[in-house]
Amino acid sequence: MTDQSYNFAYLDEQTKRMIRRAILKGLAIPGYQVPFASREMPMPYGWGTGGVQVSAATLTPSDTLKVIDQGADDTTNAVSIRKFFERTADVATTTATSDATVIQTRHRIPEEELSEDQILVYQVPIPEPLRFLEPRETETRKMHALEEYGLMHVKLYEDIARHGHIATSYAYPVKVEGRYVMDPSPIPKFDNPKMEMAAIQLFGAGREQRIYALPPYTKVVSLDFDDHPFEASKAPQDCALCGASDSYLDEVITDDDGSRMFVCSDTDYCEKRREGQAA
Amino acid sequence: MYVAVKGGERAIDNAHAWLAEERRGDREVAELEVAQIREQMSLAVHRVMAEGSLYDPDLAALAIKQARGDLIEAVFLIRAYRTTLPRFGASEPIDTADMACDRRISATFKDLPGGQVLGPTFDYTHRLLDFKLAAEGEVPPAPSTDAPAEPVPHVTGFLNREGLIEEAPADDTPPPDLTREPLEFPADRALRLQALARADEGFTLGMAYSTQRGYARNHAFVGELRIGAVTVEMEIPELGFAIEIGEITVTECESVNQFKGSKTEPPQFTRGYGLVFGQSERKAISMALVDRALRWEELGEDNVGAPAQDTEFVLAHADNIQATGFLEHIKLPHYVDFQSELELVRKLRREAGASDMKEAAE
Repeated sequence: MTDQSYNFAYLDEQTKRMIRRAILKGLAIPGYQVPFASREMPMPYGWGTGGVQVSAATLTPSDTLKVIDQGADDTTNAVSIRKFFERTADVATTTATSDATVIQTRHRIPEEELSEDQILVYQVPIPEPLRFLEPRETETRKMHALEEYGLMHVKLYEDIARHGHIATSYAYPVKVEGRYVMDPSPIPKFDNPKMEMAAIQLFGAGREQRIYALPPYTKVVSLDFDDHPFEASKAPQDCALCGASDSYLDEVITDDDGSRMFVCSDTDYCEKRREGQAA
Repeated sequence: MYVAVKGGERAIDNAHAWLAEERRGDREVAELEVAQIREQMSLAVHRVMAEGSLYDPDLAALAIKQARGDLIEAVFLIRAYRTTLPRFGASEPIDTADMACDRRISATFKDLPGGQVLGPTFDYTHRLLDFKLAAEGEVPPAPSTDAPAEPVPHVTGFLNREGLIEEAPADDTPPPDLTREPLEFPADRALRLQALARADEGFTLGMAYSTQRGYARNHAFVGELRIGAVTVEMEIPELGFAIEIGEITVTECESVNQFKGSKTEPPQFTRGYGLVFGQSERKAISMALVDRALRWEELGEDNVGAPAQDTEFVLAHADNIQATGFLEHIKLPHYVDFQSELELVRKLRREAGASDMKEAAE
């Protein structure tokens, strides 16, 4: 049931047009952060307002939407965002990755390979990969313009000198088409290699008023050194429910003694595998 | 468990039902009417209008009721509503010189044309709890007098006559609109003032206070503080002239600040400016002090590295809706990123342990 007091997908058409322009600019310059006039949404900043605005500007009435948070369709905020679009856009929703045309995500890329007719929308908290090295926006924009990424390599090198490893395990910086260093949003670095994919990837940061994008098959390289190559890591266990050895796992504490089990973070992937086994 | 189990949807619905019940409170106690909040919690209403950037006392009162008195939550409700409103156009600039002043004071002159009018102020009340208010006592009507027929002149106008204060020439450049364009730096003064006008009162107060305590001190005097009603006019294209569309109450503060001459300019006072919806003098004075501190560059002052001089720092952190959203979002599930950190810390500890053992063996 659509709430008729709001426009399709909540935002007015002028706003959607402004966001679509930013998306197109982002697709034309992969990895470049496009400023956009982010609107106040009826959910708080930090809850995915950037992703929601990008999804709202992307959805058409014939789309099928999937929303995940931490890989799961049934986390509270994923439920809340899915309900928001059911109410304001009346689009079909699904939990099946392969059935979705638009997937909004927070912190994960689905395990199942995405196809050319899909769009993956990321919720981004801090779009600027250099932010924690240089807090000033005026400075970081200059650094991107001049392709001045030495500071980032120094940081990674210092990690290795101190810990023996690059001590970044999520939101691991990538270089896009040999030009822009980009924040992949706080996905685990396990997901980084998946970013070279067939689907369009759109990134929305509402509070920080930035949109950026990766067209299909864009080259995305995780930053590393020849003698310390990038490594996509996960817990060394297999999923306790479906037995998958190739999916990203969450650790669940099961009793007061701290016993734990490891299960797939991608709930759709895990369920499909279990259904397959049962059949 | 707040995640990862089926039933998240039911949990949310139940949480909302409980929230509604808590908002209502004890049903034996009469329910608060929106009009009561508007009339008797008027300063809260004014704050919500100012930081919500929407002048509508009824909606602000409703938001306060719905938010259970959490004013930042109420501001958020107003902002989320405001952003959906269509825009017909822009009003003419309001003229605060024509204000019907309820209050008008100057700290820089003992007496002056238009007089010192205290108005409804807490300033000289003794902060003693008035237990009569708990006993439902009605207040007697306050004595009244006729409003002055003439508009009250601005105090800085007197200083300007002698050239003692910097010129503030009229500027018809349309101001930028940070609700329609992304905030970009460097930000000019009009944009800074716009951001400060909707900034969090507490943040603005803290920033202003820091300048008084020596972090970019600028010796502020309250040249004038005035509160009252001004008319809002808008030019209607079909008519070809401006008509009055309403009246709003605003608080305006003009600060008179430290002077310094340069090679071309003889010594003169400088200005800070604050303008806020409603009656909110703490915010208006704070705004004027922060505005003045942010002007260091155009006035040729040194950047002493104080937070209140740093436009990017002040403007990027002054909005309480942005701040509270990002701050509170860390209570959302983060177990995927946390898991990757767990793996990394375990790995680093394993290796550290192994090298300690090796050293001990050697």
